[in-house]
Amino acid sequence: MTTQSPTAATAADDIAAPDRRRRRLLGLVAAAAALLVLVALSLVFGSRPLPIGDVLEALRTDNGDPHTIVVGQRLPRTALAVVVGIALAVAGALMQGLTRNPLADPGLLGVSAGAALGMVAVVRLAPAAGDLLQVWAAFAGAVITACAVFLIGSAGGRGRSPVTLVLAGVALGAVLQGIASTIVLLNADAFLTMRSWQAGSVADLGWSTLATIAPFIGAGLVLAAVAARGLNAVALGDDLATALGGNQWLTRIAVVGAVTLLCGSATAAVGVVWFLGMMVPHAARWITGPDQRWILAYSCLLGPALMVAADVLGRVVVIPDEIPAGIVTAVIGAPVLIMLVRRTKASGL
Amino acid sequence: MLRAGDRASTRTLLRVAVVTAIVAAAAILAAVVALGLGEMRVSAVDVVRALISDAGAAVETVVVQWRLPRVLLGLVFGLALGLSGAIFQSLTRNPLGSPDVIGFDSGAYTGAVLSIIAVGGTALVIPSALAGGIATALAVYLLAYRRGVHGFRLIVVGIAITALLGSVNTYLLLKAELWQAQMAAIWGAGSLNGLDWSDARNGVAVVGVLLVPLLWLGRRLRMLELGDDAAAALGVRVEPVRLALVVVGVALSAVVTALAGPITFVALVAPQLARRITRAPGVQLVPSAATGALLLVTCDAFALNVPPQALPVGLITVVLGGAYLVWLLIVQSRKEMR
Repeated sequence: MTTQSPTAATAADDIAAPDRRRRRLLGLVAAAAALLVLVALSLVFGSRPLPIGDVLEALRTDNGDPHTIVVGQRLPRTALAVVVGIALAVAGALMQGLTRNPLADPGLLGVSAGAALGMVAVVRLAPAAGDLLQVWAAFAGAVITACAVFLIGSAGGRGRSPVTLVLAGVALGAVLQGIASTIVLLNADAFLTMRSWQAGSVADLGWSTLATIAPFIGAGLVLAAVAARGLNAVALGDDLATALGGNQWLTRIAVVGAVTLLCGSATAAVGVVWFLGMMVPHAARWITGPDQRWILAYSCLLGPALMVAADVLGRVVVIPDEIPAGIVTAVIGAPVLIMLVRRTKASGL
Repeated sequence: MLRAGDRASTRTLLRVAVVTAIVAAAAILAAVVALGLGEMRVSAVDVVRALISDAGAAVETVVVQWRLPRVLLGLVFGLALGLSGAIFQSLTRNPLGSPDVIGFDSGAYTGAVLSIIAVGGTALVIPSALAGGIATALAVYLLAYRRGVHGFRLIVVGIAITALLGSVNTYLLLKAELWQAQMAAIWGAGSLNGLDWSDARNGVAVVGVLLVPLLWLGRRLRMLELGDDAAAALGVRVEPVRLALVVVGVALSAVVTALAGPITFVALVAPQLARRITRAPGVQLVPSAATGALLLVTCDAFALNVPPQALPVGLITVVLGGAYLVWLLIVQSRKEMR
């Protein structure tokens, strides 16, 4: 590296900037279009195939069975898949940005398991409690786990490998899962409830679930937007970030808060969904480069696209049966994770 | 110089022997206490009397017929898991290279669930669990292989496959009848509940047979720790010995999984604890076995007697072992910081 390279790079950047910006915007439009197509597919496909004409008519007027199926079942589950997809993808992107760890994922790092334990504890201790209390319990579990994982992750020295954090998260997740299983096994009702909830399915959940979690996810997204600029500074390393100014601690707190809200409400609604939060930010970074604001924007579109796609796939693979979306993402995600670690170096941030 | 080195290594050997004897004695003491616990409490003296001579028909039935097979299996399975973990951690040169981390347990669980659903009972659980576990461990090893198996890659691939199989298992259980699902879930948590004398005889016999080749392989495992070239120079035929060790290690873990379900984290933690308390370099087979036995017997007695309702011991080991792993990682990263 010669001394002139920084200025040269900046100059090249300035020339390329409008071009790159246009490409990024085009990509964003393409991602939005893909999401729309998938949403349309989600309304059309299902265990009972409907002609497109009927689907369109059902959206406008009450035409009997198609209306019940499309508006009563497919519309709310699609909306839920979109919201959960956004929440988990953004949570994953934030975690990867803050920990500078390419393998960070709410499921892998145990944050979802923490939320799940909170839920199970409420189901067991106060079976009559409403959905809202369960969501708050999920937040409590998620925030404690997220803080613990970040503390373990940040305790490491300079040259630490990304694996320490993942191992800490997996171990913590195993402990929390073990406690949750203990509670569940001691109670047959809880066993029955948990069995379907653990699978990450968006089926049979109505608008009420969505209404319960929507405000929290909205708040989480606002926090994420606030933290995005700070995360870019974090990516430069602690020393440089401090030198650039900006309050590191505020960024960290905002990120932990956002992850808690997003991941806690998604888990409370559909259970633990593996790997979505890991895969989407990778795809986003691959398209946009390292700017966190763009990564978050892309995650907001690619996350729901993947979740809706997983849901549709789970519906059509084993007609008339269904595979829950969370299981589809795990089956897609595990090979992706293996591919990432098989590359000579896990993709840097 | 040489003499000083000799004296140091003699001291290490002595310490290892003494510590191992203490741990083994503690394991037997825990077993005696465990034999006395339950609905009918029996004093330690009566337990010993029931074991070696006789102590009345009622006590004899409770202690020897009902409780002894379970406690005996706790000791023997703990020993097997400790050995299996020690072998794998030594072979992979990684404290985390234990059979449960590399996907053996989740594969065995998938095999068992499939057989429970397909056959409708537990008739074929043992062979299908073994097939599932061995196939998964092999797949993880191959997927992680790329010009040698790097410890970190092995672990992350193991985590990925475990997550994949975990969700497959969840799906299978969703589709199963409730009673099948519950049967599979209890097996999957890893429990010594309901094991009787015929299980105990089988388990003890298989583990006993597996210990024989270890008498011969143990020394060679030590030499392998020096590196392949050094071991070859010392006259060890590296590849056959390594293969034999893998087979014995998998078999030790497999017999436990087949009879009791996946009891996780004992294989991971026992060698680590053994290493810490003996303060000896390298992986120690006999201390690991003693520590494993102590751990499993104690955890099982706890799971059986402390909660309001008997719990699968696998849940206790997962919570304790996971917590230990988290602590270990924190300590390690603190050290790195200094």
